[in-house]
Amino acid sequence: MTASLTSSPASSTLERVARGRSRRAARRRGVVVVLVLLVVGVLALSLMVGRTFYPPGDVLRVIGGQDVPGASFTVGRLRLPRAVLALLAGLCFGLAGVTFQTMLRNPLASPDIIGISAGSSAAAAVAIVTFGLSGTAVSFLAIVVGLGVALLIYVLSFRDGVAGTRLILIGIGIAAMLESVIAYVLSTAAAWDLQEATRWLTGSLNSASWDDVLPTLLALVVLGRLLLTRAGDLDMLQLGDDAASALGVRVEQTRVLVIVAAVGLVAFATAATGPIAFVAFLAGPIAARIVGPGASLLVPSALVGALLVLVADLAGQLAFDHRYPVGVVTGVLGAPYLVYLIVRTNRAGGSL
Amino acid sequence: MTADHTLTVHDLELGYGERTVIDSLDLVLPPGRVTAIVGANACGKSTLLRSMSRLLRPRTGQVLLDGKQVHRLPAKELARTLGLLPQAPTAPEGITVSDLVGRGRNPHQGLLSRWSTEDDAAVAAALEATDTVELADRPVDELSGGQRQRVWIAMALAQQTDVLLLDEPTTYLDVSHQVEVLDLLTDLNRNRGTTIVMVLHDLNLAARYADHLVALTGGRLHAAGDPHQVLTEETVRAVFGLDCSVITDPVSGRPLMLPIGRHHMAVTRS
Amino acid sequence: MTLAPPLPASGAAAVRRPRRLRAVWLLGGLLVLVGLMALSVAVGSRDVGLDDILAALGGSSDTLDRAAVTKRIPRTFLAVLVGAALGLAGAVMQGVTRNPLADPGILGVNMGASLAVITGIAWFGLTAPASFVWAAIAGAALSAVFVYAVGSLGRGGATPLKLALAGTATSAAFASFITAVVLPRNDIAGGVRSWQIGGVGGASMDTITLVLPFLAVGLLVCLASARGLNSLALGDDVAAGLGERVALTRGAAAVGAVLLCGAATAVAGPIGFVGLVVPHLCRLLVGVDHRWLLPFSAVTGAALLTAADVLGRVVARPSEIDVGIITALVGAPFFIHVVRRQKVRAL
Repeated sequence: MTASLTSSPASSTLERVARGRSRRAARRRGVVVVLVLLVVGVLALSLMVGRTFYPPGDVLRVIGGQDVPGASFTVGRLRLPRAVLALLAGLCFGLAGVTFQTMLRNPLASPDIIGISAGSSAAAAVAIVTFGLSGTAVSFLAIVVGLGVALLIYVLSFRDGVAGTRLILIGIGIAAMLESVIAYVLSTAAAWDLQEATRWLTGSLNSASWDDVLPTLLALVVLGRLLLTRAGDLDMLQLGDDAASALGVRVEQTRVLVIVAAVGLVAFATAATGPIAFVAFLAGPIAARIVGPGASLLVPSALVGALLVLVADLAGQLAFDHRYPVGVVTGVLGAPYLVYLIVRTNRAGGSL
Repeated sequence: MTADHTLTVHDLELGYGERTVIDSLDLVLPPGRVTAIVGANACGKSTLLRSMSRLLRPRTGQVLLDGKQVHRLPAKELARTLGLLPQAPTAPEGITVSDLVGRGRNPHQGLLSRWSTEDDAAVAAALEATDTVELADRPVDELSGGQRQRVWIAMALAQQTDVLLLDEPTTYLDVSHQVEVLDLLTDLNRNRGTTIVMVLHDLNLAARYADHLVALTGGRLHAAGDPHQVLTEETVRAVFGLDCSVITDPVSGRPLMLPIGRHHMAVTRS
Repeated sequence: MTLAPPLPASGAAAVRRPRRLRAVWLLGGLLVLVGLMALSVAVGSRDVGLDDILAALGGSSDTLDRAAVTKRIPRTFLAVLVGAALGLAGAVMQGVTRNPLADPGILGVNMGASLAVITGIAWFGLTAPASFVWAAIAGAALSAVFVYAVGSLGRGGATPLKLALAGTATSAAFASFITAVVLPRNDIAGGVRSWQIGGVGGASMDTITLVLPFLAVGLLVCLASARGLNSLALGDDVAAGLGERVALTRGAAAVGAVLLCGAATAVAGPIGFVGLVVPHLCRLLVGVDHRWLLPFSAVTGAALLTAADVLGRVVARPSEIDVGIITALVGAPFFIHVVRRQKVRAL
């Protein structure tokens, strides 16, 4: 088998192809490096500032396990789990969001729009308000129901294969139903605990603890890695199911695997923090903007997600008179971008 | 020259849900030749093509590539031998031409292997063959219909398969671009020996460019063989329900179909 | 082929026959509605005997039972009005957008109305119910125009998918604004909640008379646009070819629909899916002619909402489930059913 049609390609063409590719690869690497630096920077900042400021030295010593009066409690027990959970949840949401958007070829089709997060939220709300559960039981239910709802959406949209458009619309219908369940459950809550309610409606890090961090970390390691190994196939799916299949991608198998992994990430993160509004939605498109077209968006988008949550949580605690939970901040900051994104998507008729 | 691969269809039945689209079909597609599948709307042409490239699982019967069932072959292995250009592929927004063409290298890349110079060479060769080198760095969205179709064909070329299936590669193209695309496919067949199988709407273009013509009607095979034998007045009447007159194309020497309607009859037919 | 042959007698009869059938359906719908209204007065979270109900209807509210029944009367009227408004608005919106999934809830119109009222309460000190109506209508109109404009950008115009996504995303954006507005204001959180879940429980004759003129105008405008909507159903170009002033017809019908759902949201809060389900059911029964479809949608919408309200009062005794929750639980599966029936390309 020869490598070309008639003869080997002209060296000028070859050079042009190779140059273009390495330029884009370099840009993507650069973006990832900058994003990692930013995430680390904001993470460090969120450990230092707060009602009391602790210098980097104190923070480092606390992380190193030394006992620093005051700082050990504030940084070690309050700020550290909160910041780590923000980081992990952001990574999960960013990764899951961009996965759905890439797979369904529609930037509006993120888990928070098509009902995936709503499943976990509704389960948690029912578990807390109606059955009076707490802690691990709530997280467990949120995860199981989140997966169940995703499965339901998938099954309902299956007719001679799953069409992305149908899946999105059915997800919207399910989300509407679940939201009314949440609304009802909250309306029957004996004491209308605004804090707890907001957590399950928009997401909050206020009660972050190491107990929340561990399952989220496990999910990220297992499911996130699974997603990353499928990054190539996921990119192929953007060309349409037929073209992807012709290029050697097992479309249905990839889709099921990727959905399970992404839904798992969303469910675990939602169980820990509630559905932090719009992070899954925004991370992908923002990453696509920075990285440029053609490259895999999974890693950049996860980093953007983490950055969004960290910055929004910091802003929610410090920037306003009233302390806002992180989900309200991302919701309000994200809304205009979301509107802009709808306008742009519809005008271009395109994908991510 | 590439190795010859024979694609055969044996007692095939295909359908969606309740509906049967293809019924007990037997077909041999000659290796190293250009085959065109023709037929009326909804006769199962595209369905057949989808099944041959593993997109649709047969209800009964088999699709065999060199005697092996395509539905049993590993996805990537099949994709290194047999490529498909679907009717309406979607390009991710903003993707550049060379990136899109590079996606055609997917079946040649393993889970961990990185992009190689061989991949670069394949992309470059595909760009040259389709005359799209100058477009390499442009976003696909900005291209005209004819350019875009050439880019998609370039992607299929970069896949470097010995068999290439195309679902109506000339739809939405004006007549000069149609000829351009079909000439390109002919080059590919003659220079590389690639087996080409395409669904075509235009009977006359099919008769001109194909070595082997397959006419389907109602999910069944009506005729298959040399265009001179297949494109006849009887076939057109049976397949399309249309009266016509078939003459010899003065340009190519192939058969040329002239439809007969109820009006505009300059010559009374005997 | 002969052009324009005289209609044979049998053909004329064939054209006329469905008309009688439709009239029967409409009459039947009205009877069902009256029955449901009676049920709505008689049944509630509190069991009341028949003589007490009759006494209450006669104007007496001496005992607790009778007082409860007296409260059910405006509630029933409100359910009928809001249901009719939403059903009619849904039918008109589906006609205007030629979109089977159009619904005031899906299109984000209800949320727009809620956001306008809540910002009005929290930031501009609105307290008078009359000002709520204006705010709700303004919010509904703005979000309707916005969602439709956004959803129809780009290739293919306002496809069901694009409109639904634009509407849902806009609703999500509005919802997070609402949360942000309400959160620091514990003083108004309770009062604002009724704007987040739709219900007719808080009805009084005063609020009804307040929105009645808006509903009446909306109703008239919508019914008057029936013939134009029939032309629009064939596509803009064909409609223009039939001598329809497309932009004017569409604009007028849309104004009517926005008036209806804005006013309905102003008194009852956001109630989704009635506008989606009702026109689909009605089309099955009376066909696609808007001159029949619109009045029938109004009647069916009223019946559906009244029934949902009664259901909400009965299933969770001794408390109640707001009617907006019931309609979402019933309507969303129907939405899914409609989506599943559509061909993929039409989405």
